[in-house]
Amino acid sequence: MDASDLAVVARVRAGDHDAFRFLVERHSRSVFRLAYRLTGHEQDAEDVVQETFLRAFRQIRRFESRSSFATWLYRITVNCSHDLLRQRPRAGSRQSLDDPDGAVAKELVDASAAADPLRKLASRRIGERVRAAMHGLSEQERSAFVMRHFEGLSIDEIGRVLDVKTSAAKHSVFRAVQKLRRSLEPLGELEP
Amino acid sequence: MTHLAEEDMVMHYYGEANDLRRAGAHLAECEECRRALDELSMTLQAMAAIEVPERDDSYGARVWSRIQPRLEVPETRSWRQQISAFCTWPRLAAAGALAVLLVAAYVAGRSSVPPPQPEAQRARVPSDAARERVLLAAVGSHLDRSRVVLTEIAHRNGGGTVDIAPEQATAADLAADNRLYRQAAARNGDAAVAAVLEDLERVLVEIASSRSPASHDDLARWREQIQTKGLLFKVTVMGSRVRERQQDAAAASRPASKTST
Repeated sequence: MDASDLAVVARVRAGDHDAFRFLVERHSRSVFRLAYRLTGHEQDAEDVVQETFLRAFRQIRRFESRSSFATWLYRITVNCSHDLLRQRPRAGSRQSLDDPDGAVAKELVDASAAADPLRKLASRRIGERVRAAMHGLSEQERSAFVMRHFEGLSIDEIGRVLDVKTSAAKHSVFRAVQKLRRSLEPLGELEP
Repeated sequence: MTHLAEEDMVMHYYGEANDLRRAGAHLAECEECRRALDELSMTLQAMAAIEVPERDDSYGARVWSRIQPRLEVPETRSWRQQISAFCTWPRLAAAGALAVLLVAAYVAGRSSVPPPQPEAQRARVPSDAARERVLLAAVGSHLDRSRVVLTEIAHRNGGGTVDIAPEQATAADLAADNRLYRQAAARNGDAAVAAVLEDLERVLVEIASSRSPASHDDLARWREQIQTKGLLFKVTVMGSRVRERQQDAAAASRPASKTST
């Protein structure tokens, strides 16, 4: 447990609501990062960030110092993201991971002027396949994978965030990697 | 020679293998497993192709400025106190009122008739759309969770007593939110929605405040309440309407979904 976080939580619980600002400023970027990777959409991630901190403030008396504040916040972020994902149209009916407004076309124009346009386009195509592969994961697999692969949480921590046993968290990471491999291999065919 | 299983390989990649030394020793000797690990690494390294939009050092301050006006009194400990706190919580009441207006508009089939609003609120700013989507998501989630609890309770059987502690914890949470939505619906004259939410709340509060394990009689009484009022059906229909509305809101926001930071 981060001692400074714990001290601030105690102040907030004692009625010093402005102290919550410290926690918001400290954790906003990591919450945004996680929310973006889970929702795949910048605006959704912004919504999740706000809702996460509002829920955290509202429920701050439920926080128990057995885990870190950051872990508890991740849990709320995951729940908020899942709430949002369950309510929005299925993948395929909306653009994901932010490729709106002709970004691909712009990329093509940029690529034509780049020193190595083929490599840039290949990179772009890999990105598209990675995004599609991520959409093929279940909520739990995606959450577990994102927290393990991108955020560096341990399997134990992921279990606490997802409120599942360590073995289930481990299996979710493994299943996610399996699915991603099936979707992405061979990547070589995309290389210029 | 026994090769590393795929799961061991993945866990080794993340430094989480049960026996890192054994896996490491095997990899030092086995070219086939080293090649497999290289392929795994290459695939996982491709994940870097998804870049997260940058947020600078002042991002936290901007988030604070957006949420600070919406912070009021945190929940107190017991669920009864939580309900009271929710009811005196102006920020949530306002949010709840907006959410219920959206729900009610669809349930009543009069989504094209917006409620009267002050002039200043008519000029929608971009954050209104975002707020609407989050609120709809919250209301939809509330109805989904309520439906799950009602379904579980309605299907619980047993001659003796039944442990319903998990359902009670969820019901306590839901009752607090539900009261907020019901009051907002009543305030806005949506009697039909308020009536459904009142029936729902009555059952939720009873479940939350009962003893656990619950008796056979308790379960039978709740089952009857749920069935007599057609509560499960009504909650399911309301949930569907909210989901439709949420999809419409998401579709409407798509062309202007860029966010500056």
